[in-house]
Formats: sequence, structure tokens, C-alpha cells
Amino acid sequence: MSERKAFFLPVERECPDLHGSEQVDQRVSLAGMTMKNPIVAASGTFGFGHEYGAFYDLSQLGGICVKGLTACRREGNPAPRIAETPMGILNSVGLQNPGVDEFIAAELPFLRQFDLRIIANISGNTPEEYGEMCEKLSDAGVDMIEVNISCPNVKAGGLAYGTRPEMAAEVTAIAKAHSTVPVMVKLSPNVTDVTEIAQAVEGAGADALSLINTLRGMRIDVRTGRPILKMNTGGLSGPAVLPVAIRMVWETAQKVKIPILGMGGVSKGSDAAELMLAGASAVAVGTACFADPCAPLKVRDELAALAGRRGLRRVADLTGQVQPW
Amino acid sequence: MKVEEKCKIIEKSVMGGGAVYLVLEVGDMVRTSYKGPGQFVHIKCGDGLLLRRPISVCSCMEDEPEDTLAIVFEVRGEGTDWLARREVGEELNVLGLLGNGFQVSPEGRYLLVGGGIGVPPLRGCAQATQGRSTAILGFRSADKVILHSLFQEECEKVLLATDDGSLGHHGYVDFLLRKELERDPNYTGVLACGPKPMLKQAARVAAEFRVPCQVSMEERMGCGVGACLVCACDMKDGSRKHICKNGPVFPAEEVDWDV
Repeated sequence: MSERKAFFLPVERECPDLHGSEQVDQRVSLAGMTMKNPIVAASGTFGFGHEYGAFYDLSQLGGICVKGLTACRREGNPAPRIAETPMGILNSVGLQNPGVDEFIAAELPFLRQFDLRIIANISGNTPEEYGEMCEKLSDAGVDMIEVNISCPNVKAGGLAYGTRPEMAAEVTAIAKAHSTVPVMVKLSPNVTDVTEIAQAVEGAGADALSLINTLRGMRIDVRTGRPILKMNTGGLSGPAVLPVAIRMVWETAQKVKIPILGMGGVSKGSDAAELMLAGASAVAVGTACFADPCAPLKVRDELAALAGRRGLRRVADLTGQVQPW
Repeated sequence: MKVEEKCKIIEKSVMGGGAVYLVLEVGDMVRTSYKGPGQFVHIKCGDGLLLRRPISVCSCMEDEPEDTLAIVFEVRGEGTDWLARREVGEELNVLGLLGNGFQVSPEGRYLLVGGGIGVPPLRGCAQATQGRSTAILGFRSADKVILHSLFQEECEKVLLATDDGSLGHHGYVDFLLRKELERDPNYTGVLACGPKPMLKQAARVAAEFRVPCQVSMEERMGCGVGACLVCACDMKDGSRKHICKNGPVFPAEEVDWDV
């Protein structure tokens, strides 16, 4: 706590409660895990909560997907790791994290102070590594495990598991076998047919899906002829990817029965509503935090207000209610 | 909503070489989050750009009715171009103060080594040491020199270097730093801000004279608060720290200068 306060301390600087939507029940359920509202901080954009926890009480969120964890500490890729794009950003962080053991020892107790669901995002080099991490994290008492088979910024594992149905299924089965908490699998948009992977993962026992991860992209500095990212390519996020996310959630929702955590470019309540109408049960907010630290709370309140205006008693009633032509 | 502080521009001027000087009213930002000279603010630049722009604080003070701070920046791209076109009376969306500044002992005598747009953040160091420090400032040419008279007022002396020799020493600041340390090796420390090759040289010279050196690093930044992990800085121990949260100022001996 002391570190949290020492850091530029906007202690009394709280985001406003834009309430007025008290009549709308914001509770949602994701694979049996209930959340007080559908808004989750997206993995890789929110660290382990310390930084944005200095702006507002993290208990206002439904949940947090923590920064992607690996079996051992990783320092990630060299900088530059970010490039701005039209309505988006490219990143190539490369899963920098302290490792699963350090997370359990040093970070989990911090997050436990808050009333929010803790979803541990994991990436492995081998299926066995996924299994080991699932066991440790289940024992440590996280609420859910998000299996990342879609990181575009690492050489081993990562995306390779996410683009081949049989490998995605293998990782899912191992994660399930080693977990006592629900397992959600994070899918890559860098595939021809996301529903193929989604169905393979569902068939292997996944409890939920999250999508989309970032889209692979590249930018080049025209003055130097060099790519802006040191790794040459990276993952695109931000409003630019929202329509892709909505489309993929919609396609996937029609092919699977398990719930979906939708994400990709959400920066306002109506964006979240679109993902829910397309079939998402809950929504993650990520890149929007960089411009506005309070973005998840604004999305939450705008979403509830929007549901209220539509005459819904529950935000959850938006899920899957798109009326396709 | 005080996180996104709406900050009014109360003064604007365009300096030598086109650098823009803005003074902002920043609420209680200085009172609540000042940690030392060399911190930065993260400014939203228009609606079309997703990322804020990190700009170092030149000087700041607790004031009435609101704290004030001055920033100096060059137009480098779309964001700073937008910022340069703001006028007195307009409001900016500012996060701050962010990062850790230079650790300056008020009784200390420092060598302030700055290059180009890296010069303004050192002004807070000059003010904090109340005229005891020496500034060694480098610019591309005489017409690019900024803040010279302010440093003259607030330092014991100011040494200038230009790349083209149009003012002061013809060459780089590390030459002047070495000469000054040969003359007087008893400075409390070297505080440096500027392009990475300049920082590397300043760190090397300071190390030769066994004078502690702090450097202010720069990298493409995302969130500005330590959540997104993009502004990585390679450290000598093989780890990667983050410029926005762990820096931007680091002890020079901890930075890996060979990457």
C-alpha cells in the first residue's frame, strides 16, 4: 500500500461515479464466476493493478486480467516497444513479467485487498509449462486462469498454439487437467477462421473464451527506413481493432456454447455494448487506459446507462441480442 | 475528476530554434506529486491521437490560486505540432507529475550537463541548488540556444558548446565536462539530460573522475505510469526497467550503455 501511495498519489483524486444507472443490475457471470459488473482490465495494459490503483479503488472493477505470466521471469523485448497508429497502437513488450512464483508471492496479496475477480493470464513455452502454472495459480487461489495462446510478440509457444486447432486443444486440455478454477482461453485474431480454434478449444474443455488478442502489424520510420519497433512487428490494439473484435465475437458466439470475454478497442460504453450484443458476457478494457486511466469506470457507467435507456433491468440482457440482417 | 487535470495555459512564447515555452496552471499537482526536478507530465494532444505525449517539466512551483509549471518542447511530430498551436487561455488535459526526478541535495554543487531539448529539465536542478551549480549546455548551433540567461541567473557559471562552433566551445559538452572536472573534481555530482550518446559520454567522464552521475533517459512511452511496460530501459544487471515509473532519471552506473 505504501508504494501505491508514494506514487504520484492522487489519493483524493477519484474518478467520478457517473451513477444514475442504479436501477440496472450490472452483475454478470462468466463460466460460473460472478462479477459485480462486466468490466475487466485487459491483460498487459494494467500491470498488476498498482498503477491505476493509485487513481481509483480497484474494487470498482468487475475483474482484472493480470499482466501475462510465464514460468520464469522475463525481461521482454528491447525498446522501442510501442508505435502509434491511426486510432491504435502497436506494441512488442514480449511478456515482461516477474514469473508466476513472484506473482503469487508479491503481487497476489496486493490484489487480494480489493473486491474484484483476479484472472491470471499465462503463457508457456511448452504444454507442460501451462500445466505447471495452472497448478500453482489454482493452489494460490486466483479466480480464473486465462490461457494465452495468442501472444504475437514471443518466439516460442504463444501464437503458434493459437493458430493451430489441434495444438490449441492440447494446451487447453492440459490447462484444464491441472486447474481447479475455470479456464478461459485467449484467442488470436491472426487466423483465417477464429471459430475453428474456438470450437477446438471448447471441445478440449475450456470454460470460457476471451477475444481478441492483438492483430500483427508494422510501422516504418520513413526518414530512416527502420521499423519503429525494435522487433520490427508488433500487436495492434486500440479503437482501430474494435470492428474486428465485434465480428470475431459474433462469429464465435454462434459456434460455441461457452461464454466469451470480449475485448479489442473498447473505449466507451457503446463499444462494450456492441461486443455484448455480438455475444460477449463481459468486456475487457485495455489500451483506452493509456489515454484515460479512468476509462474502465467510464465504460462501466456508460454501459449501465445505455442498458437502462434500452429499458433493460440487467446489463447481462445485452449479451447475444444483436439482430442480424 | 482530478486525474485528468484540466490545465490552463497562462503564458506562451516561442524560443530560439522554435522551441515552445508554456506555463500551465496545474491545480494542486505540484503540492501533491512533486518529487524533484526532472519529472514529466503526460499531455493529451488532440482527439485523433491515442497516446499522450510525455514532456519534461522545466520548472514548477506551489502557487496561488493554483500551482504552476513550465514546459519546453520542440515540434517532433503530430502531437507536439498540435501542442505548439495551443494559445494562452486554452486548456490541456494533463497527467502529472510523473516519474522520479533527479535526487538533488540542496547544499550540493552539481555539474548540470544538457544537450538541446534536454536542457530545460535541468533548470529545476539549478533552482534547487540556489546558484551553486555549474551548467554545461550544448546545442546544434547558436540560433538553437535556449534558456541561456535563466541558467546564467541561477548558476554559478554557464559553459556553452555548439556542434558547429557558432557559439562557445566548438564540439560536444563532454569535452567541457572533462575540463571542468580537471579544474575542480569536487562537485557533488553530474546531472545530465540530452541525447543518449551525450549521456553515455557524460557518464563515462563522470565515472573517470569518480563523481556520481544521474542521467535522464528517454524512450517511446505508452501509459506514462508503469502499467503498459513499453518504455523499457536496459540496465547493466540485465534487467529492463521502465522510464516512466522507475525513471526517467537513473544512476548512470546502473544503465547498460552498450546496447
